[in-house]
Amino acid sequence: MLLVAAIAILVTMALALTRALLGPSVYDRVLAVNMFGTKTVLLITVMAFMMGRTDFLDLALAYALINFIGVMAVLWFVQESSLRQQTQNPARDDSGNDAQ
Amino acid sequence: MSEILDLIAGLLVVTGCVFVLAGGIGALRMPDFYTRIHGASLTDSLGPVLVLGGLMVNAGLTLISVKLAAVMLLLMVTSPTATYALANAALLAGLKPEGVEHDTTEPEKPA
Amino acid sequence: MTMLLIGVFLLSLLVITAIAIVRSEDLFSAVMLSGIFSLLMALNFFLLDAADVALTEAAVGAGVATVLLLAGLRLIPPKEAPGRPLRALSVTVIAATALLMIYASFGQPTLGDPLAPTQQHIAPWYIEKTPELIDIPNIVTAVLSSFRGYDTLGEVFVVLTAGIGVMFLLGGGRGKPFSRLDSQAEQGLSGHLIPKVMARLLIPFILLFALFIQFHGEYSPGGGFQAGAIFVAGIILYSLVRGEGLALSVIPPRALLLMSAGGALLFGSVGVAGMLMGGNFLEYSVLAENPVIGQHIGIIVIELGVGLTVTGVLLSIFHAFAARD
Repeated sequence: MLLVAAIAILVTMALALTRALLGPSVYDRVLAVNMFGTKTVLLITVMAFMMGRTDFLDLALAYALINFIGVMAVLWFVQESSLRQQTQNPARDDSGNDAQ
Repeated sequence: MSEILDLIAGLLVVTGCVFVLAGGIGALRMPDFYTRIHGASLTDSLGPVLVLGGLMVNAGLTLISVKLAAVMLLLMVTSPTATYALANAALLAGLKPEGVEHDTTEPEKPA
Repeated sequence: MTMLLIGVFLLSLLVITAIAIVRSEDLFSAVMLSGIFSLLMALNFFLLDAADVALTEAAVGAGVATVLLLAGLRLIPPKEAPGRPLRALSVTVIAATALLMIYASFGQPTLGDPLAPTQQHIAPWYIEKTPELIDIPNIVTAVLSSFRGYDTLGEVFVVLTAGIGVMFLLGGGRGKPFSRLDSQAEQGLSGHLIPKVMARLLIPFILLFALFIQFHGEYSPGGGFQAGAIFVAGIILYSLVRGEGLALSVIPPRALLLMSAGGALLFGSVGVAGMLMGGNFLEYSVLAENPVIGQHIGIIVIELGVGLTVTGVLLSIFHAFAARD
């Protein structure tokens, strides 16, 4: 039963990686990274149970935190670089990076 | 009694994995970025809750369950926030949803 | 057998990600894909039962490094500069070296082979002597802090040197670090309500978790490096959401300098204290009446030193990028 769960999570990781490789805009890639992080947390807990090493659950906590901070950093980056572009080119009207 | 608990744990884990897979397929097959976010994020919150809940039932009342509960709580809290952050970032950078004729999408400007 | 298959699957995903990173021209995408690369690497370490390394790789590679790269990316144009065409000589040299290394790797003993040279004398010695001499459950921490304490001292000084190098390059002129930072300008994400509230809820737990990892490193996967990285992740979250000005006033640059250098100094002074009490440099057994208690004291203090230095250096580097201009 846990093996089935692990295989399902691995397949989803492969799907997320496909989205990361395919995604036409960079935000698809960020979405894929976020999904990948959550699936990593799940895979670690499932495999910790499978392997019997339950002291690995601290890793799952740390990964969940790290994943969250990564996505927050993306929002900060987009906002700050669009602000920076606006202050440096005041004639421009559109906001920020091209989504490519 | 323990067979019933095992059965419940197994059911929860399998349902969680169905949701996780559904999220993955949705992220791949949806046509537009905002629909993909919707699909992936819904299952990023619910799928892990079910899987971790199943593992908690499996582990019983030990320290392991407390740690799993902490991970579950953390994921429940941070996944929707991450979705918000991502969607806002995309809007701020100018990624428009498909099929929108005139520009009614205003990104949430910092107050 | 299943572990083997899962390992092979993850490694092939790793290769695909690496090829995608090299071939992408948009630097933002490359940074995100390298986050996936780090997570895959951490999973591989986890499969090999190396929990401490997996924790460090995730905390530093997928977390702090991604944030640092994004903070640096903010300052430069988003596309890769047009590169020079591939030269035949460099491709040949690289291909030849790679083939040589792959051929040489076949001479290594199989993973987990009980007849390998490392498993014959040094690994059993560590496994036998740790309960007797140091008496902590996590053998990795015992080897890292006590049996191989010199190497860890060198690592701490390498981290400190890297921090000094970055501060010289980015921090400001005339050897005055942090003088180019504009503390008044940045507001961060403070206009967005949801991240602000969530960060306010989460940051105390992140810092508490970092302290847990720091002091629990003797009993479960953890230690100074991981704890420093997670602590820095919490402070980075604070400074992303509330703005650089507030973050720089909460932990001022002078405190960061003191932390970076003080951690390394703490480590070194434990070694000197060992010498002053009659033993060799970095010998913890002489620090207390009971040699095992002395080892415990030594390990706790040096892990604290490592955590302080890693925190100070990573946070300095982040502020040097993020609070610039």
